[in-house]
Amino acid sequence: MAASRRPGTLRKAARTPLGIASGILLGLILLLAILAPVLWTSQANALDVVNMQQGPSAKHWLGTNLLGQDLFYQVLVASRLSVGLALGATAIGVSAGLVLGTAPVILGRRVGRFITSVINVAVAFPALLLALFFAVIFGIGAQGALLAIGFASAPAFARLVRTLSASVAGLDYIAAARIAGVSRFRLLTRHVLPNIGEPLIVNATIAAGDALLSFAGLSFLGLGVQAPSYDWGQLLNDGLQHIYTRPAWALGPGVAVVIAGLAFNLFGEALAVGLGNSVPRLGKLRSALAAAAAKSKAVIPQPPSRTAAGDAMLHVRDLRVAFPGGVHPVRGVSFTVHRGEAVGLVGESGSGKSLTALAVSRLLEDPAQVAAAELTLLGQDLRTAGGGAGTGRGRAAGAMPDRELRRFLGTKAGLVFQDPMTSFNPVKRIGPQLAEVAAEHHGLSARQARERAVDRLRAVRIPRPEHRARQFPHELSGGMRQRAMIGMAVMGEPALVIADEPTTALDVTVQRQVLRLLKSIQAAGDMGLLFISHDITVVSQVCDRVLVMYAGKIVETLPADGLADARHPYTRALLAAVPSMETPREEPLAVIPGRPANPADLPVGCAFAARCAFASAKCRAEDPALVADDSGHEVACWHVDQVLAVEPTAAVPTDALIADPESVSAPQIAGETA
Amino acid sequence: MMETPQAAAATDLAVTPATPSASPWLRFAARRLGQLLASALVLVTASFLIIHLIPGDPVRAALGLNASQELVNTRRAQLGLNDPLWLQYAHYLKDLFTGHFGTSISSGLPVSQVIGQRLPATLELAGYSFVVAVLVSVPIGLILGVLTRNARRRGLELGATTVSVMAGAIPGFVLSSWLIYLFGVTLHWLPVADRSGFTSYILPIAAMALGPIAVLIRILRLEVLAALRADYVRTARAKRLPDWRVYLLHVLPNALTATLTIGGLLLSAMVAGTVLVENVFAWPGLGQTIVQSIVAKDYPVVQGIVLVYGTGVLLVNLIVDVALALLDPRSTIRES
Repeated sequence: MAASRRPGTLRKAARTPLGIASGILLGLILLLAILAPVLWTSQANALDVVNMQQGPSAKHWLGTNLLGQDLFYQVLVASRLSVGLALGATAIGVSAGLVLGTAPVILGRRVGRFITSVINVAVAFPALLLALFFAVIFGIGAQGALLAIGFASAPAFARLVRTLSASVAGLDYIAAARIAGVSRFRLLTRHVLPNIGEPLIVNATIAAGDALLSFAGLSFLGLGVQAPSYDWGQLLNDGLQHIYTRPAWALGPGVAVVIAGLAFNLFGEALAVGLGNSVPRLGKLRSALAAAAAKSKAVIPQPPSRTAAGDAMLHVRDLRVAFPGGVHPVRGVSFTVHRGEAVGLVGESGSGKSLTALAVSRLLEDPAQVAAAELTLLGQDLRTAGGGAGTGRGRAAGAMPDRELRRFLGTKAGLVFQDPMTSFNPVKRIGPQLAEVAAEHHGLSARQARERAVDRLRAVRIPRPEHRARQFPHELSGGMRQRAMIGMAVMGEPALVIADEPTTALDVTVQRQVLRLLKSIQAAGDMGLLFISHDITVVSQVCDRVLVMYAGKIVETLPADGLADARHPYTRALLAAVPSMETPREEPLAVIPGRPANPADLPVGCAFAARCAFASAKCRAEDPALVADDSGHEVACWHVDQVLAVEPTAAVPTDALIADPESVSAPQIAGETA
Repeated sequence: MMETPQAAAATDLAVTPATPSASPWLRFAARRLGQLLASALVLVTASFLIIHLIPGDPVRAALGLNASQELVNTRRAQLGLNDPLWLQYAHYLKDLFTGHFGTSISSGLPVSQVIGQRLPATLELAGYSFVVAVLVSVPIGLILGVLTRNARRRGLELGATTVSVMAGAIPGFVLSSWLIYLFGVTLHWLPVADRSGFTSYILPIAAMALGPIAVLIRILRLEVLAALRADYVRTARAKRLPDWRVYLLHVLPNALTATLTIGGLLLSAMVAGTVLVENVFAWPGLGQTIVQSIVAKDYPVVQGIVLVYGTGVLLVNLIVDVALALLDPRSTIRES
């Protein structure tokens, strides 16, 4: 991010609503600090012997002190000393921090390391404690406190300068300058410092607010500004002694301190937020999505497929997922998983396959909206409002209460996620994470649950499972973690295992082991398996049947051993994109031209038309439905006959590749397994 | 992160070597001990140097301009200030090891006795305030995080953030004056000074805790939001645990580890914050004594109290690091 920083970002950062509001407030305070002593010193210092120690009145808004001086004007006039000393202390802190922070670069290694380690120790102490320490050395009074607070903030700045320059020093152009023989000092002044200016300014602004509070604190303790001079802290100290009789005396300066401190802090925070946001903001993204969705109102509903029930275990009909703003990543998906059957769901990233899996397993949360004409597992309707998902509208009459549904899903559906590193809770041991399922849903005692966890770890061929159960996720290798994840999925006696890209995060050799394990566990338990992957060859190794998804719809279903008969141009393109041993190595890898369809901006007709070599006017006008032939092979394409007439690999027009250089990065379909 | 083919083969053959699980802990302990010693050395040296860094003669400054030169000379000799610096340093270290913190110039009492009388009140104030801050902020932060997850309840989020930013910006001593005005002067509900009985603890602790509570709530909410987005929470939900189990057993521990670092900083800042709040409420702790001693230029007392505060901060940092290592075992390895 540091590289993308350009001069002027700070100015832009200040233009957020918070930046503007706090900037105006800060500007007013600075203006007050400049003007107040010029305008009101005489009023503030005028002795009014008639009105000594008065409470607030129309004449004296905050009342008067022991000498009859107007406290409101004193608070205003004190702004210069309070703000000025805070700015002065910050200037000292920044300067000292710059010297200390850059010294290691200039002074060479040994001295540098000594300074750095002393700074690291000093940073651990709170600034107020350091300020007290320095106040002892520099003596009581405004000058001593100025130096004390300045030097107290120096270690933090030194560390900041050190960190920032270290990050800048790693950049290419600094390295180039170094190679060119630029001296260390010149490197620092000409190349490093200008690049750390902005974050330094941001932090100095926040530190000025802290310095203001520290100064008020020291003056309040009687260690800072001394009478007859006065700053807010000193006024507060005086006022507190009279809080029973003249409360406004103490409250006024306190309010001034808080407002001024807040102005510095908020402005600094606004700048910091602005600097950190070089990526497009969420608000913008959302409005773009909404605008795009408005364009594609007409989505033709897909007729429910007529899959035979038989020994169907998971039955899904017309499943839809929508996000606010008219985004429809899943648009009427219907399929069935039978007992002992492994079904693969294939598609590019963004095709809606993972959302389908999450929706089926009832794990989508607000703001995602899930609806289905039918969603049953073992005949049990899963459509309730359970788990916080928003399927209220699809709730059926015979639905289970939430608690029972939870237990049902917890025991009957197991899930395996993509990244075993992040999918295990990093601060809990493996064993208890597995045991949790059995303790929750099977009513097992802690000990029995633990034993079952160890048993499942053994079942997924983890060596020394008792030992591994006591370890944390980071102590296991990636492949072992994924096996443990599979073990967790079968803690109950699941009828269905849903595996969402279970091997994508693993390297190729481990992939094969995990796939074999998954397959054998599934076969042994006669479970249904819903296997989601972007990799059609992996799917064909594991599954009996393959569902190909594109832009939130199933475009083809075919037996895994019949991939050669693929009819949909998209399926054919997917297959053609997989390199084989015979693929000539000098040719570029085949990719599908164009970009995957945007679920917020779907075309009226076939979503694949824009990338399809066979697309006709009809394709662009009308979305083809999924139609089954006699063998049960389903495909949604207007031009099946035409497609079949062409050799499978020729389905991808290679000239389109060259024509669209962007397309290389777009689809994820580059086979990882050869 | 990924297994190498060799490692994978090894695990398949079930010949995984016993992992030396003690070694990261030993390394952690050694590293942390080294850090502690270095910090302690800097602290002791800084406290030793106080008396030598102040301009002029510290004894003359402490006794005043009217003190006779003989008295000054006697005191200087008593304090060993005429010895060479390195010898003084050596004496200072030796005294510290044997528990001698010197003698107060103004009262003549041993510094250790002064500290012994004053320390318990300060420890109570800082300790209770921290406990209150944690007990209040953790549930609120967790609940706010859960309620505002997935960009829900934007109004609540905005309100909570605004309130916590405002509340966090009020320094303890200013808040003290407002609390005194509200609960002492106006409502007459609570005593505003001294340490006598339960009620006298309420206002000082409130003044100490409010700022940290505001900061902790804000941080904790963000950490809870981050944890709620994490894959392992999805896994926990896939296990169909009840919501409260997901929040308490999976979200909270992860949110706390990240919050703990900031909590440690806040706790050590509270050690320093006691100085101000004690002076507002006439709390009989170290804070009043150090200010009086700075004004009276009673340097041995100042040195002793600086050491106590500094040690407090070092201990807090140590405890936080150990707690972090226990809560999140990855941190013992991650840092180097």
